[in-house]
Amino acid sequence: MTKEDCKKLVIDIIADIAPDEDLSAIKPDVRLRDQLQLDSMDFLDIVMELRKRHNIEVPEADYMHLASLESCAEYLTPKFQAKA
Amino acid sequence: MSSAPAAAGRATETVRVKDSHYDAVIIGAGMSGLAAGIRLAHFGRKVCILERHNAPGGLNSFYSLGGRRYDVGLHAMTNYVPPGVKGTPLGKLLRQLRIDRDEFALRPQRQSRIAFPDCALRFTNDFAVLDGEVASRFPAQADGWRRLVQAVRAFDDVALDARPESARAVVARYLDDPLLTDMIFCPVMYYGSAQERDMDFAQFVIMFKALYLEGFARPLEGVRVIIRVLLDKFRQAGGERRMKCGVARIVADGGRAARLVLDDGTEITADHVLSSIGRPETLRLCEPASAATDAGTPGELSFIETISVFNRQPAEWGWGEDTIVFFNDQPRFEYARAEGPVDVRSGVICLPNNFDFGDERLPEGIFRVTCLANYARWANLPEEEYRAEKRRWFEAAVRSARRFLPPVDDATLAAAQVATDMFTPRTIRKFTGHLNGAIYGAPHKVRDGRTHLANLYLCGTDQGFLGIVGAMLSGISMANYHVLQGKGG
Repeated sequence: MTKEDCKKLVIDIIADIAPDEDLSAIKPDVRLRDQLQLDSMDFLDIVMELRKRHNIEVPEADYMHLASLESCAEYLTPKFQAKA
Repeated sequence: MSSAPAAAGRATETVRVKDSHYDAVIIGAGMSGLAAGIRLAHFGRKVCILERHNAPGGLNSFYSLGGRRYDVGLHAMTNYVPPGVKGTPLGKLLRQLRIDRDEFALRPQRQSRIAFPDCALRFTNDFAVLDGEVASRFPAQADGWRRLVQAVRAFDDVALDARPESARAVVARYLDDPLLTDMIFCPVMYYGSAQERDMDFAQFVIMFKALYLEGFARPLEGVRVIIRVLLDKFRQAGGERRMKCGVARIVADGGRAARLVLDDGTEITADHVLSSIGRPETLRLCEPASAATDAGTPGELSFIETISVFNRQPAEWGWGEDTIVFFNDQPRFEYARAEGPVDVRSGVICLPNNFDFGDERLPEGIFRVTCLANYARWANLPEEEYRAEKRRWFEAAVRSARRFLPPVDDATLAAAQVATDMFTPRTIRKFTGHLNGAIYGAPHKVRDGRTHLANLYLCGTDQGFLGIVGAMLSGISMANYHVLQGKGG
């Protein structure tokens, strides 16, 4: 699992949660909220889908790590690697 | 975190009741219960919806009579925005329930009207129309109106901790023309207020956005389309549903809903219980009743609705423009429990034919009239008298409403009429279980859904998000907050 793989998994989740968003040109270092219409309900769903699909737990105190695609990869990749 | 002995105790208990133990049980298969169920089932919770009736939908349902299919409840789905408009309740609910917007097959309204003595305001799904109407009819109010709209747009109406505030008092800071104020309140109240004469400003904002800033739509085949989509999602997500299965009692122990006793005497248990049946209705099921909690005051506002079916399209006699008409014939609009059986001075007309169905159309003409009514005046009538009263008030409501539509002679309507039906406060009580036949539930809403029992929460009508989109969002929010985010007991 590389950081790039991790970003793909996150994008897959966002694509299912928000099928009406264009995900083709997401800038990895810009906050997701600033380039997509995602609200707190959507972020809850990213967390819930990570748990459902990949058995990855994100405690509420760590939600800030999901702000951008880059920070997601930074935070989640070690969690994925720990599972492998 | 549980200590080890507590965890062991819980595991034993789970084994003992495994066949009838759920992560969550939802009481009521209406819009909010179904939406909550979809969320919980989607995220792997073992969830069961219990519905006392044999039809799902609750307040918004459908039935067949004499080979015809009728809708009840829904005139129009509020909160309609065209595809591509994001960040509104409709978009949130589609995302949260993983519904593709085409599945609802929504068709927008043509136009609606607020018709008062000597003054009418048209509104459509384009807010600029209402804005223009207000500016031209009430030029002196234009500035206040603009500021009111700004305040509404800026208000966080879905906050779970908002303090109640009188909408009349807030709106009076912006508008001082009683006619305009009443006209704006009329649809907002008719489509969701459980309170007489006033409402909580947060609820006013929800409805103002839902009706005026967003708009009306419906599927060609009516509310059954929406219910069918919800049922399919719930089933596909692995949810269980038991129909004709009411909850008779909620047995409390140690501050928790320990078990549910069903109408047939069987018992089930659940970590979480979401009740969509109303606050007083839910508290009445609890035993022992909590001394610390009042039983909750039930609502007083009930309605009748007439349905006339014609073998012609209403457009043939000039009724082809208006989708919904909110009418009132008094100098001041009074939204309150009727003194007599029905108050026909004001009401709502719905002409479902007048949504923009493109090349399609409804096979028959349908004309519905809704008026405020008084539950007590209907509740105990002997059967024969009840039928006579229904005939009498059907006639009165239709006659009152027709004053606000282009004139058509009685003979034309009578010749085209092929069927009628009507619901009364008694019908509502029977099918929804709401005390007093109170469609919009109790006046006091509980935004965070909490009750005196740590693992029993309210969703739907008495949580206080209004309209059918609001109802679904209520189920979603309560499922998220209390169960998925673990804020519940």
